[in-house]
Amino acid sequence: MFPFAFEWANDPVHFVFMGSLYAVLVVLFIFMNYCGIRATLDWLCKKDEPHHH
Amino acid sequence: MDSALIPEGVKRCPLKWFAVWIGILNVPLMVGVVGALLCWGLALNQTNMNNNYPFALWIAADLGVIALGAGAFFTGFLRYIVKIDELNNIVNFTVVIGVICYAAALGILAIDIGQPLRGWFIFWHANVHSMLTEVAFCISCYFMVLCIEYVPLILENRQIDKFRFPHAFSHRLHEMMPAIAAVGVFLSFFHQGSLGGVPGVLYGRPFAYREGFLVWPWTFFLFILSAIACGPCFTILITKITEKFARKQLVKRNVIDILARISGWLLAGYLVLKILDTVYWVSSTAANVGAPAGSFYANEPFGVWVLITEVGILGVIPAIILLTKRARENQPLLMLACLLNCTGIFMNRWIMTVQSLAVPVMPFDKFFSYHPNWVEWATTLMPLWAGAIVISLSYRYLPIFPQEKELNPL
Repeated sequence: MFPFAFEWANDPVHFVFMGSLYAVLVVLFIFMNYCGIRATLDWLCKKDEPHHH
Repeated sequence: MDSALIPEGVKRCPLKWFAVWIGILNVPLMVGVVGALLCWGLALNQTNMNNNYPFALWIAADLGVIALGAGAFFTGFLRYIVKIDELNNIVNFTVVIGVICYAAALGILAIDIGQPLRGWFIFWHANVHSMLTEVAFCISCYFMVLCIEYVPLILENRQIDKFRFPHAFSHRLHEMMPAIAAVGVFLSFFHQGSLGGVPGVLYGRPFAYREGFLVWPWTFFLFILSAIACGPCFTILITKITEKFARKQLVKRNVIDILARISGWLLAGYLVLKILDTVYWVSSTAANVGAPAGSFYANEPFGVWVLITEVGILGVIPAIILLTKRARENQPLLMLACLLNCTGIFMNRWIMTVQSLAVPVMPFDKFFSYHPNWVEWATTLMPLWAGAIVISLSYRYLPIFPQEKELNPL
């Protein structure tokens, strides 16, 4: 549900509930993109690092 | 034939035997697929669920596998946030188990909603006052987190790792793992708790209803504690079963001992709080609404034995074994404790869902019994077979046990 959906209400419950969902999704999106961009740079710069376990 | 894909320095069975094993596992899996297709094609009347039991075997199993999957987030928490470095040797395997458990939970829900094409409604037409909506959000997001944690394991396959980009991507994901684990802890904490909150807020059903703290009933906290107490035990159990099938030791004893000890203390803490909660519920919460405890256990098969078995046999006994050093070091006893603990969590989830609905709440209500039919059993057991296949493939082709080479030199 987005804020422009007809069911949306501008109350704290909607902001907290849906806001938490979108916050988590945005965080995961940023993590994956950050890793992807850094990996691309490593690849282009031919930087080779061992795995950290 | 597939030796190029197998991690270096370890031994695996011939491919033909592996193919036979996977083929055997596919037989019961296909029976489950038939059951699922029957439910989707002909509707939920293919099951023994009815208006008295809208929450039945599927939901009990769902709550059970989610609790068992808690080993993934809790071990990640202990490894990346509490910094118990020894757990590095088992954290990969907990991710595999977590992916299986959460995929199972989502798969069972996809069958249980009857119309999977409307599965997205819970996100688009979200009821923001429902704990189940929160659970749906959290388990979907946490499944994504687990998949992100599983990706670097796949990328570390011997052949994939030769390519520069997957190697770099896997490396960068490893670097981000503490932050990803923290997101997982946040999500798991809330959905494990909210699963307990769902029965706890049912004030029309005195068997399930509990008082609590702010908006959270005591069951919210009990579910979190029971999940993190049994998750590590499930990890130990599956590791030991994998070792039996592989006929070799894969994880050092001290790693298993850390998990067992932590699980024992958490289980003991949970049992103390569970007993206090039960006493308060019987003497105050239920008594104040005119529901004597005897009425909850008047209908067989849901007699008092259920409570004694859940707390005593499946709670106190494993807690004693896990907290006693000598008993914990005895491998068959440790396996027994883990098995009892995991069975206890399933029984607890069954009681809080199925028995909650079984207890009549009105004077004119009659007790109806419920027995799952083959469709429910076959679909519920599907994750077992699918999980065995995923673990077999992961064990064969991915470096999920870092200590395997050291423990089993070629």
